[in-house]
Amino acid sequence: MYKYDEYDHAMVAARVAEFSDQVKRRLAGEITEDQFKPLRLMNGLYLQLHAYMLRVAVPYGTLDSRQMRMLAHIARKYDRDYGHFTTRQNIQYNWIKLEDAPAILEDLASVEMHAIQTSGNCIRNISSDQWAGAAADEITDPRPWAELLRQWSSFHPEFSYLPRKFKIAVIAANEDRAAMRLHDIGIQIVEKDGEHGAAFYVGGGMGRTPMIAPLIKDFVPLGDMLSYAEACLRVYNRYGRRDNIYKARIKILIHELGADEYRRQVEEEFAHVKSLGIDPPKAEFDRIAEQFAPPALDASAPDAIDRSDPDFAVWVDQNVAAHKVPGHAIVNISLKPIGGIPGDASSAQIDLMADLAEKYSHDELRVTHAQNIVLPHVRKADLYAVWQALDGAGLATPNLDLISDIIACPGLDYCSLANARSIPVAQKIATRFSDLGRQKELGELKLKISGCINACGHHHAGHIGILGVDRKGTENYQLLLGGSGAEDVSLGTITGPGFDEDGVVDAIERVTDKYLAERSEGERFVDTFRRVGMAPFKEAIYG
Amino acid sequence: MVEYLQTGGEEPAVTLDAFLEQSNATAVRLEPDEDARALIPFLDRLALIEVAFPKFRDGRGYSSARILREAGYTGELRAQGDVLVDQIAYMKRCGFDSFAPEKPLNPDDVEAALTRWPAHYQGAADGAVPIWKLRHG
Amino acid sequence: MKLLTGNDLKTGFVTWWTGADWSLHIEDAADVGEHGEAILAVEEAARRVNAPYIIAGEQTADGPRPAHIKDRIRALGPTVRPDLTLKPADPAAGDWVI
Repeated sequence: MYKYDEYDHAMVAARVAEFSDQVKRRLAGEITEDQFKPLRLMNGLYLQLHAYMLRVAVPYGTLDSRQMRMLAHIARKYDRDYGHFTTRQNIQYNWIKLEDAPAILEDLASVEMHAIQTSGNCIRNISSDQWAGAAADEITDPRPWAELLRQWSSFHPEFSYLPRKFKIAVIAANEDRAAMRLHDIGIQIVEKDGEHGAAFYVGGGMGRTPMIAPLIKDFVPLGDMLSYAEACLRVYNRYGRRDNIYKARIKILIHELGADEYRRQVEEEFAHVKSLGIDPPKAEFDRIAEQFAPPALDASAPDAIDRSDPDFAVWVDQNVAAHKVPGHAIVNISLKPIGGIPGDASSAQIDLMADLAEKYSHDELRVTHAQNIVLPHVRKADLYAVWQALDGAGLATPNLDLISDIIACPGLDYCSLANARSIPVAQKIATRFSDLGRQKELGELKLKISGCINACGHHHAGHIGILGVDRKGTENYQLLLGGSGAEDVSLGTITGPGFDEDGVVDAIERVTDKYLAERSEGERFVDTFRRVGMAPFKEAIYG
Repeated sequence: MVEYLQTGGEEPAVTLDAFLEQSNATAVRLEPDEDARALIPFLDRLALIEVAFPKFRDGRGYSSARILREAGYTGELRAQGDVLVDQIAYMKRCGFDSFAPEKPLNPDDVEAALTRWPAHYQGAADGAVPIWKLRHG
Repeated sequence: MKLLTGNDLKTGFVTWWTGADWSLHIEDAADVGEHGEAILAVEEAARRVNAPYIIAGEQTADGPRPAHIKDRIRALGPTVRPDLTLKPADPAAGDWVI
């Protein structure tokens, strides 16, 4: 894991001091809310439905146990004993007091964490593959690349007042676990002639106008990556639309220019930017990469798992994934208990996961964009002990990637942008499909719910997506089918007229029944949908 | 640091169009949607380029400033308009060396903002040595 | 009726204009008629409220209630965490919200 040096510490400390000063000036009335808002947002502080909300960055989703415990501590001391893990691999606290925010940032800084640029029209937290460093299919660990980008984008003087927010994801495997092509910039580390470089996909995103990012450059050498990113951003900062907030994301610019013209402008800017010496030398990358060196795992550790406890075996089959080192496994902790709130964890649960990471996972945890937690490096021989501890804390729901492993934004229960509640819909669907045998029969089925068109709940990318809308003051839910945020990326299509809360649960049941009737051998839900199209599903739903 | 703060009064800056059409003016004003690169052929005869910030949220002027500095402009580069104390450290990094805020700024706050940062992660137009270079000597 | 609502600047808590002050409880809210904008301007400038706005409401036997679901949820708390609402001990407290 990356450890701060004196410079990183000094920068975060300066930011805490700056924000403390800004809070003081706001409380004293020296700045207006209009002036303060972009400043607090660049420190992750929103004014939400019930209170201020603080979004803390978890860079590329990686944490150690000390950091995880600090997240629990903040929940206990400053909030209401829980936190909410988000689709951007961050954590949000819902009940923060403005006057406490500086102290919280100080506590975070003490464990090398911050809330810098977790909101605002700037470059946000860099997200990545939650299995980085552990996945059998990666060509390298993407996190050193992400850390290089994190430092470059932190307090970037030119790109802190962009037309709109800007999200970057970095992966290094063909299987896309980070919805890479639904980001403003998606970077895939690829190999060419024995060298690693960055493929740049630019202009993806969800929200009001979902777009899949086109490939802008197939191979940017490591030594040019930041210059190339700088060129991509400069073209956007200069020419992205500022007349209409709904058309201000880079995806609209690229859509309007066309990928070829955008690429031409970026290449022209890059030819100039390259001469400025923005990219650090290889030695800096190596310094960072060393800190992500794989933990010392014993490849001769026993590979067999004692499956004699049937409940444990069910969990292993669903929530445990292959590790690149024999004798080890990746443990996926579901934060989706049936009837629970997707992504929420109590401070006691957060502490417990920290303890397990320290004891069994080389002190590492990950947050996933699907709002779950990962212990990336667990010995297979320890799996049973890990499962028992998780089970005792309500954290062993064996539903990874099944229909009840629902992504849901906070919705109208918490969010001032929302038009409808998301959480109660997720709870009702999970409850309707609570029978595990039924869930497993349906197989991989990614269900994603957003409470408004901003799509924090990734509804466009759900095999089944739900979008909550306001219809004359009442909550209404549109249903989408056929999306995917993975390497088979696609955008869902709306089925037709919307439903009320119970109606959408019924409609989903009709959809899954239709899938079971139509599927061919080995087809997932989304495969069947792609083969047979919308018509049979529409008929099943609306008759 | 108070010398950064300008109140205007000298030769008025002409618009970019006016400048390109004729003039031997030495001061020009650039609006957010105007291309800073149009000035590159004339940089050595300009003494002042004023970059307008009609709204503080409009960040195009930051790119304009860097482009001008990267092209070798050494004259005065002024940020004018809705310029707030919480932005001027970034503006300085992008190459601005004077500020003409519409609403007066507290000189102590300006001083604090401009001296707050111990170092910088990335190279920009202010000549600051980026952290990665400090790390590797 | 017209109600004024916003958040407390320091704590962020949802507050309601009572006619003289700001309260956490919707039951204390007062009808401001046509005076909303004027009150907001004064109160916001004095930092007694943050990000205030005017909403439509209706008078009921239990007190004023906001017309829109968003402000009804703001008035009580998240519907999915009754333990965190203003009336955690009263299971029927949220019946009027949805």
